[in-house]
Amino acid sequence: MSAPTDIRLPQRVVERCMGTVFSVDVRAPGVDRRALTEVLRWLHWVDETFSTYLPGSQVSRLARGELSPGECAPEVREVLDRCAELERITDGYFSAFADGRLDPSGLVKGWAIERASGMLAERGSLNHCVNGGGDVQCAGESQPGRPWRIGLADPLRPGMLVGVAVGTDMAVATSGTAERGAHIVDPHSGARPAELASVCLVGRNLATVDAFATAAFAMGAAAPDWIAGRSAMSGGVVFADGSIWMSAELTPA
Amino acid sequence: MKRVIAAILGTVAGLVALLSFKTPGHATGAASGLPSAALPAALPASSSSASSSASASPSATGSSAPDPTSGGTAPGSSATTAKSYTGKAVTTRYGIVQVKIDVSASEITNVSFVQLTAFDGRSQRINSDAAPTLLQQTLSAQSARIDGVSGATYTSQGYEQSLQNALDQAGLK
Repeated sequence: MSAPTDIRLPQRVVERCMGTVFSVDVRAPGVDRRALTEVLRWLHWVDETFSTYLPGSQVSRLARGELSPGECAPEVREVLDRCAELERITDGYFSAFADGRLDPSGLVKGWAIERASGMLAERGSLNHCVNGGGDVQCAGESQPGRPWRIGLADPLRPGMLVGVAVGTDMAVATSGTAERGAHIVDPHSGARPAELASVCLVGRNLATVDAFATAAFAMGAAAPDWIAGRSAMSGGVVFADGSIWMSAELTPA
Repeated sequence: MKRVIAAILGTVAGLVALLSFKTPGHATGAASGLPSAALPAALPASSSSASSSASASPSATGSSAPDPTSGGTAPGSSATTAKSYTGKAVTTRYGIVQVKIDVSASEITNVSFVQLTAFDGRSQRINSDAAPTLLQQTLSAQSARIDGVSGATYTSQGYEQSLQNALDQAGLK
């Protein structure tokens, strides 16, 4: 009675992890159901390893000085290296130490989702979409000849959209205050930027796009200029007063 | 009355803001679906009366909007079965919200509130605004045929009343 035997059926799983909900949506036919199970196992492993909420996670122990990077999983070192690189590229607006204490969360979820998408691709899924709490990595198409279409949530009006990102092999990440309040810190000043309601970025790879969205949010009113200067990304900024800025790549109505 | 009109104009502005991105290096067909979907006049004939009355008068929404029969019968799809999914009642910062969606042929044909209880004046304003616009917007989203939603990371509880949850439920049927 299970879906896996019918290779025409799209497969979808919804899983709670990392304090949010992941939706894995596989549109490619003939993908083994075990590939989805593997992805969910991976996401939970990332949570256990990188969580700053679990005192026993490797990242928590690393932050307390109980582990050295060399004693951690290679993935932890990979993330730390990536964080350092992103901090350089973003002039310090993305930082794994934004709050003074080690917290690579601004990269981890996007990185884990991008990796999950790669795992599905290795298992033969050319067409799928992984959404982790609003950060999205799409591969291939949603249907033959049809690119993925990801709505961009309006942070000020629940249930509404401010736009739609359209593309194949596309990553979409949003940083903002709508769901969890002012939690993003400008690493330079220690302040929590209040000018913006959300920053949405669209690019190719979610790890970078997610971290860049966090960095752009931390920049506050300077975010639009910074986004406009990124050749590989487009984006939208919703200000706290409700006004909206969108990249020049925007297709006008 | 002025305030109501201002709210409606805000709604229309929000809909006009429903634009579309191009991903670098990819030509898109976005322009064909979205802009027209953003305007009530361009909605499918079967649902345009319900949605335009919703945007013209929020108070009329309750009677005219939840109309699955008109929303579900697109030309040639009269034989498809419509299903309804009702989300859990969730306490949000805007009040208690419970959403019902109708799905026909894997597409959302209607969204309605089963419960909508505001906590304070600000929420009240958002709610009276949001009820018709969510309906309107989701019809637009249906015309735009979105596959997922990107937004600030929701909690597990916030997910329950999200549009992503509605899309997942429709896909999981």
